[in-house]
Amino acid sequence: MAPLTAKIEARSLNFYYGPKKALKDIHLVCYENRVTAIIGPSGCGKSTFIRTLNRMNDVVPGARVEGQILLDGESVHSPKVDVVELRKKVGMVFQKPNPFPKSIFDNVAYGLRINGLRNRDKIAGIVERSLNEAALWDEVKDRLDENAFALSGGQQQRLCIARALAVEPEAILFDEPCSAIDPIATAKIEDLIQRLKTKYTVVIVTHNMQQAARVSDYTAFLMLGDLIEFGETRQIFTAPANKLTEEYITGRFG
Amino acid sequence: MRLKQAAKKKIVQVAGFILLRVCLYLVLAVLLLFLYDIGKKGGGAISWEFLSQAPRRGMTEGGIFPAIYGTFLVTLVTAVLAIPLGMFAAIYLNEYAKQTRLTRLIRLSIRNLSGVPSIVYGLFGVILFVNILKLGTSILSAGLTLGLMTLPWTITASEEALKTIPNSYREGALALGATKWQAIRTNVLPYALPGMLTGTVLGLARAAGETAPIMFTGAAFALPILPKSLGDQFMALPYHLYIMATQHHDIARVRPLAYGTALVLIVLVLGMNMAAVILRYRLRRKRR
Repeated sequence: MAPLTAKIEARSLNFYYGPKKALKDIHLVCYENRVTAIIGPSGCGKSTFIRTLNRMNDVVPGARVEGQILLDGESVHSPKVDVVELRKKVGMVFQKPNPFPKSIFDNVAYGLRINGLRNRDKIAGIVERSLNEAALWDEVKDRLDENAFALSGGQQQRLCIARALAVEPEAILFDEPCSAIDPIATAKIEDLIQRLKTKYTVVIVTHNMQQAARVSDYTAFLMLGDLIEFGETRQIFTAPANKLTEEYITGRFG
Repeated sequence: MRLKQAAKKKIVQVAGFILLRVCLYLVLAVLLLFLYDIGKKGGGAISWEFLSQAPRRGMTEGGIFPAIYGTFLVTLVTAVLAIPLGMFAAIYLNEYAKQTRLTRLIRLSIRNLSGVPSIVYGLFGVILFVNILKLGTSILSAGLTLGLMTLPWTITASEEALKTIPNSYREGALALGATKWQAIRTNVLPYALPGMLTGTVLGLARAAGETAPIMFTGAAFALPILPKSLGDQFMALPYHLYIMATQHHDIARVRPLAYGTALVLIVLVLGMNMAAVILRYRLRRKRR
């Protein structure tokens, strides 16, 4: 494996929804070419955390951030950073597959077109490459003009991954990507995440501990907005330092 | 005991069902009776001459073409004002404005405006467009007045249409590096447009049938020639009907013509509503 480089880093990160504090003083590093899993019980702030990384929470009314998120050492909240550029660099796959009501091809081409790419051959090339990367090409290559809603849930989610890959991000955030799809499709996506880390930095939020254990290199355990423990996945799951972590991963609460 | 209760439940269920059905039939019956009456009494007046000629001999003969033409022009002005302004206002309200007490108040005011009697719009139009802006009694003044009256409907319908678009379309686009406007333009508006247009055309159809807002702002009793510009006065179907039915010196004699006018007006409004439905259907199908 490549040597460890910090790609995304949270420093003293606090997050508020109006008066409610959703994240409390989070320090966490997501390394390049590694998969970092965020686990924890419902309402612990997992999704809030991952959505601060590409500033998707900007659009939530009353949301406020304190502290820093660094991407390659530069604060994503610095006035120099264009949030549109940030989101191109840090892609996101949502909990519920959200294909657009367009053709399969147009879904993947969407990010390219809004970024001004007009060359048809180039677009077609990138669409094919992205669908290949998302392990979907063979299933859809003969039906690229069909509406994306015609795909199964698992295929839709891989389509959303392909769509995110098309704009050539550096990191990809997965917000519980398998919670709405069946186990076989889940296995495919987990497989895919393993392959994606050779090129990208991957962060995945999951409520499924087995999934975190299977796919991730590092795991962060959050509870009620606090980062309880962060470390190598193997250590977290075999020798957790914190009592709460141990109770959670052994299934004593959830 | 339990059986009895089940039977009672079933009776209530069936009775409720029948009640609802009867209500629907009642409404339908009134509508059909109304259409039948107007169709029967007005159908005889309809001819090519009636549709293509101007009224003659103090409106006792001839047709209603100037009124059809005037209604067409004034509705066009209404559309030009109400469609873009209403849609953009709705986009702002739903997509950009922060949901504060102020925006809630604005939204409530807009809803209330759609309930303001049309005569109030008419008088307001006289003051604003005819007197203050010096547009005179003209197609323009009347069309703008109708446009103002239609705006609350357009805004409300457009906003409702925008609300039906799932947030995941917006977020999905933003997450790919779209600007807010790009996300709205490419991933929200195309899907909201059928609904927005339907609501808008329904509003226009209502405006086309209004009398009160145009009678002081531009509609004329009778004109010897067709309007040549938007600054001229015009004849309009609803106003013409109003005159034929209540203000004419020989009401009994022109009654068939009045019914004919009513029939044309109704067919026009129904036609616009049908067009809205067809438009929505085709746009939706194209998206599939």
